[in-house]
Order: sequence, then C-alpha cells, then structure tokens
Amino acid sequence: MRNLLLVKYAEVHLKGQNRPYFLRMLMKNIKQAVSPFGAHVRLHDSRIFVSGYTDENACINRITKIFGVHAVSPAVEMEKEDFTAVCQKAAELMSGKSGSFKVLARRADKLYFLDSPKIAARVGGYVLESNPKLSVDVHDPEHSLQVEIRDQALLYVNSFPGAGGLPTGTSGRAMLLLSGGIDSPVAGYRIARRGVELSAVYFHSFPYTGEPVKEKVITLARILSGFCGKIRLHVVPFTEIQQAIHEKCPDDFTTLIMRRNMMRIADILAQKEKALALITGESIGQVASQTLEALMCTNAVATLPVFRPLIGTDKLEIIGESVKIGTYETSVLPYEDCCTVFTPRHPVTHPKLRQAEYAEKPLLIDNLLDEMIIRAVDGTEVIEIG
Amino acid sequence: MQDGYFNPSSLYAQGFQVKKTVEACRELLKNKLSADEVCFTSGGTEANNLAILGSMRGSKKQGRVLYSAVEHAAVAEACHSLSDRHEVFSLPVNQEGILDLEKAKELMTPDTELICLMQVNNEVGSVQPVAEVVRLRDEICPKARIHVDGVQGFLKLPFSLLSGVDSYAISAHKIHGPKGVGALAFSSGTRLQPIVFGGKQENGLRSGTENTDGIIGLYAALNTYPEDYRIGELKNRLYQLIKKKVPQAQLNGPDPLSDLSCPHILNLSFPPVLAQTMMHQLEGFGVLVSQGSACSSRQKKPSATLSAMGVSKQAADSALRFSLSCLTTHEEIEQAANAVQKAYESLRAYTRR
Repeated sequence: MRNLLLVKYAEVHLKGQNRPYFLRMLMKNIKQAVSPFGAHVRLHDSRIFVSGYTDENACINRITKIFGVHAVSPAVEMEKEDFTAVCQKAAELMSGKSGSFKVLARRADKLYFLDSPKIAARVGGYVLESNPKLSVDVHDPEHSLQVEIRDQALLYVNSFPGAGGLPTGTSGRAMLLLSGGIDSPVAGYRIARRGVELSAVYFHSFPYTGEPVKEKVITLARILSGFCGKIRLHVVPFTEIQQAIHEKCPDDFTTLIMRRNMMRIADILAQKEKALALITGESIGQVASQTLEALMCTNAVATLPVFRPLIGTDKLEIIGESVKIGTYETSVLPYEDCCTVFTPRHPVTHPKLRQAEYAEKPLLIDNLLDEMIIRAVDGTEVIEIG
Repeated sequence: MQDGYFNPSSLYAQGFQVKKTVEACRELLKNKLSADEVCFTSGGTEANNLAILGSMRGSKKQGRVLYSAVEHAAVAEACHSLSDRHEVFSLPVNQEGILDLEKAKELMTPDTELICLMQVNNEVGSVQPVAEVVRLRDEICPKARIHVDGVQGFLKLPFSLLSGVDSYAISAHKIHGPKGVGALAFSSGTRLQPIVFGGKQENGLRSGTENTDGIIGLYAALNTYPEDYRIGELKNRLYQLIKKKVPQAQLNGPDPLSDLSCPHILNLSFPPVLAQTMMHQLEGFGVLVSQGSACSSRQKKPSATLSAMGVSKQAADSALRFSLSCLTTHEEIEQAANAVQKAYESLRAYTRR
C-alpha cells in the first residue's frame, strides 16, 4: 500500500491522433515540476500517477499550476484481493469528515469478484457504520469517495482543481508586451494557458523610469514563469524614441504614436524569437489608446497577429484574475507615474489611421525613426527568467 | 563582526568582553552629550518613539503635545498616536523651514507636557532654535519635557543635554556607523517607561538582546568621526556652482552661508524637471541624491516639510536633496555640479504639455 497523486488531465482528452504528443508534453512538464521532490511520474490507463515524493503538499501545489491539468487527487493504492482491508481504508479516509457522501465505484478489472454497484454498496455501508457523522446522498453529496479496481485498488476523496488549458509547449511561442501594470500579466497568463510559450518585452525609459520599475517587471515575469516555464524578457531602451515623439509630434497623438512604435519593436523582437504572435493587455475603451479607433491605428503597424485576450473584459474582472494568479500585489506597487511628462493632457480618442500616419511624419525625415528603432533593438537587454 | 558575537548578558568571559565595549560606547556617548543615561535602540526611529511614547506612558494628565511641522515621520507619527488622550498640535515653520517662535509661543500652554523639535531638518537642513524653545518652555510651561531629534545634527553641530533639553535621539548610520543601531540619551530627571518588554536589558528600558555588532560599529564611528566638522564651505560651493550653471535652480531652506543652515544638507528644486527623473539621470552620472527624505520616497505624497514651508507644488515636485559628508572632496563638488547641469540641460525640454 502506498500514497500517490492521481493527476487528471483536461482538454487533452479531446485530442485525437495528436493525443500522445500532448500527453508527452504534459508528462514532461509534470516531471520537471516535481523533480525537486524526487517524485516518479508514470502514465498508466490514461491517467498520470505521481509517487515516491518527499513533500506531498509541495507537489500538489506545483502540479495544480501546470497547464493541461484538470485536477489532482491524493490517493491510496493497495492490494485489491482483501476487500475488507479496502473497506477499512475507505473508512479511514472518511474518518475526519461529516455531512453527506457517496461512493463512486469503477471496476476496470472485469474479473473482480464484485461488480461496481456492489463495490459501492459494500464500501458505503462499511463507511456509514464506522462514522456516525456521515449520511448517504447519491444525488448531491458533499464528499465523493472514489474506489477504482484496476490491477490494484485505488481510493481517493479529496481533489484539488488544476489550472486547466493545454500543456505548455504544445502551441508555439508568442511575445507579450509586459508593462508594470495589472492587465498585461493577466493577458500573458490567458494565452500561456493555451499551451503557448512566452517571451516578453518591456519598454524602459531611463531616467523617467528607474531600476525599481524594471525589478517589478522582472518579478511579474517570474510569477508568470511559475506557470509557463522559462521567459526571455527583452528590456528595450525606449527613452530616445519617447523624447523624439515628444519633440516632433503633435501633443494629442504622442501616446498613440508611442504605442505604434512599441508594436513595431515588439514585432521585430518577436520575429527574432520565432514567436508567432504578439500579446497585449488591451481592453476596449479602458484608456484613450484602447478605443477601437486607436487599436486599429496601433494594429496597423504589426505584421504578426496581435492577441488581446482581455479585449472584452471589465477592469474588475481583470483585477480579480490578477489576484488569483498572484500578480496583483506586485502590479500595484507604487513606482510608476514617472512618464507623466510624456502623457498628453488631452489624447485623441477617435483617431483615424491617416491622421496618425500624418502626425508621425516628422519622425520619418532622414530615416530618423528607422535608425532609432534599430538602436533600440540593438540595445535591448535580454534577461532569462525562470 | 566576530567581536560582537558573544552575548553581553552572559557571564562567561567572552560575553563580558562584549559588555565592556558596549559600556565604553555608552560612556563615550554620555560624555559627548553630557547625558546621564544612554539607551541603545534599533535606530533613530525607535529612539524617538521611546522618548515620546515612553515619557507619555506614565502621564496621568491630559496635557498638550507639540511638535514642529517639519519633524521626521518617526516623531510626527509617534506624537499623533497620542491624540486620543492628548491635544496634539504641530508648530508652524517659516518659509526657510525654521520654527516660527511667535506662533510656537501662542500654542505653548501651562499644561503642555511634551515639545518635540529636531536639531536639524533632514530634508532642507534648517537648524532649529532649540535654545529659544528651552527659554520659552522655562517661562510658560516649566514642567514640559523637550525632546530633540538629533539624528541629522549629531556631531555636525554642537549639542549638550545641559542646555535644558530632556532627551536626544541619534542614529549610527548618520555618522558613518552601521544601519540598524541608534540611541536615546537623556538626563536623569527624565522618567521613561519601556515600549518594548521582555528580558529587561538596558536597565529594563529596552528589552531584547543588544545589537552588539551595531554598537561596536557605533563606537568605532564615534571614535573616528572628525571633531572639527568643516564642510559648510563645500556646501556653499556646491550651491554657488549649481546656481551659476543652472540659474533656474531654486533653494529650499535657509541661505547656506547663514548660521541657520546646517553644514551638510542642501535642498534644491529644478523646475520643471520631476525630482524622480532628475534623480535617475544623476544616478546615471554617478551622483546619488534623494527626493525629500529617502525613507518616504516610495510614498506618493508631497514632502510634509516642503508643504509646511509653503513651497509651490511645482518646486516641491522637483526638489532634490544633496547630502555631503566629511569625506566629500572639492573635486566631487565640481563633478556633482557639472552632472547637475548636464542632467538638467538634457531633461528640461521635456515637460508635460
């Protein structure tokens, strides 16, 4: 008899001929996550079993964060021949509990001497007798005790929900535009959850933003990497471009033109990283640069698809999600407001593309913009995180 | 760091050796300040809190507590925490950041119990009229205690508890000692009660094993810090140079040449460049300055000292504090002034429109 963790996977089930590929990636990610605890990971009967670990809670914590995992249950595996022992173990698992319960039995070993309904009835009866605080409810129970008879008997009652989604590494790579704010880490999380590996880009405007802001972005990237593995963070020196925009472009268009140039640089860096898309934390109408018109103007300079997973999400929902994934506390650290110099008092809210292009024209004289972008890309610092 | 390893409360010889150094440090501090008692603390903040809360804890009356409007938060917040039982008032300052004695006199009443005044303001370097406040106290409310926050003034300007002040707080790291250690010096008539309870170290006034490494560091700093502190002329030189190179610079606080200005703190505004931006730019040139007080620079509020002085919002938003030490050289002053000019020239064009 031994304790182990039963890991159930989510959408991978729906895959057809590609399922082995997705499962392989999921197995690899789980193995990596639990390797510090000496655990053994095995795929058997389309279930994943983790055993032999030194710290069960730490393993559960790590595994529930892995994309592609539906749920994790601590389980007991034991000999099935002695059915009384199985009943005793079931009673032991339920001993601390009260309220309603039912037993779900599954008999994969069709040669076993009891069939599923009989297993459920016998185990249920035994548990009920040994714990007077429990009652039976087969329709809407508070606890579901699962008993599976395979090559061995498997019993489990508790279940911890996993992160869902698809295994990281099964969907290619995308480049996240990561600021120090609340939205962009959540946007990155949502896309990463679909199995996408992340690279990130942060625009640094020294001396308008200092080391503490950069540290904050690094911390956010580290939290994300806890879900989706290594992130290459690109820190782009952006001051020269911001100053040039401020000097040469009309006030009300400066933010929009800044966003367009962030997109251009992110696009170039993404292609270097072999990323297939850009990710932003934009949500319709949240600020002037996120109206539909403004989004159209920034989108126009990107060659890769731009994913905006928060596009139809309210700020409060985004905040809730950032609390859930653990980035909120870092995102709200009060370091910002250094770039207010470059924030126009009245930015355009309904720009037309031709107006934005016209406002940008002074930057195009003598190839100034191209050269600045090349300098920014060449001066980019790459930090490996996770 | 090995010297301070052993516990001074232990009876074996090694512990006793440490205790001897701790006591030597205590004696030296007593001598320097003409104090009867010295209690080691975790720094200036705790020393100030001990003086304020520790002396008011025993109070049965509900008298007034007064503190100057430019006190460090360690004093101002401690005083505020008393406001459920006491009338707590802040005493206004003039535009140079110096206590307004006329207005202070109006707020001092016979039932005043405690007056807190810093020796030197940490943000603008103004020297406070401690002797005059002692005189007013003797006249109006002789029973009131006076606590002086000496964190910035200690060893930079002369001070003695014989002047009529009851307690004086210091911090080691302001005289090149380690961070995390400080002391409260007080005269024997000052009745203090502990604010930290436990094993009754420091005569029962401050429980907790002494920070022996810190105290040994403080002792070393006390022994090596120059008696003759002449950097006032360097500060004036820095001011004159910057003023020449950046005529837009505005002085916050008293004229560096006057007696009302301490030798080592210079506060200047560089409108329209935001302090934080200027600070980072200077950091890039190897000149490290702070905005307001470094301890509060993570808060978004404007500096309480500058608001109390009536400094305009734009000037307060662009105010930087230059701190000099006895190790600062003439060359460094030149470098700093040049860096300020370079930083200002590169940033002044970019203002919010």
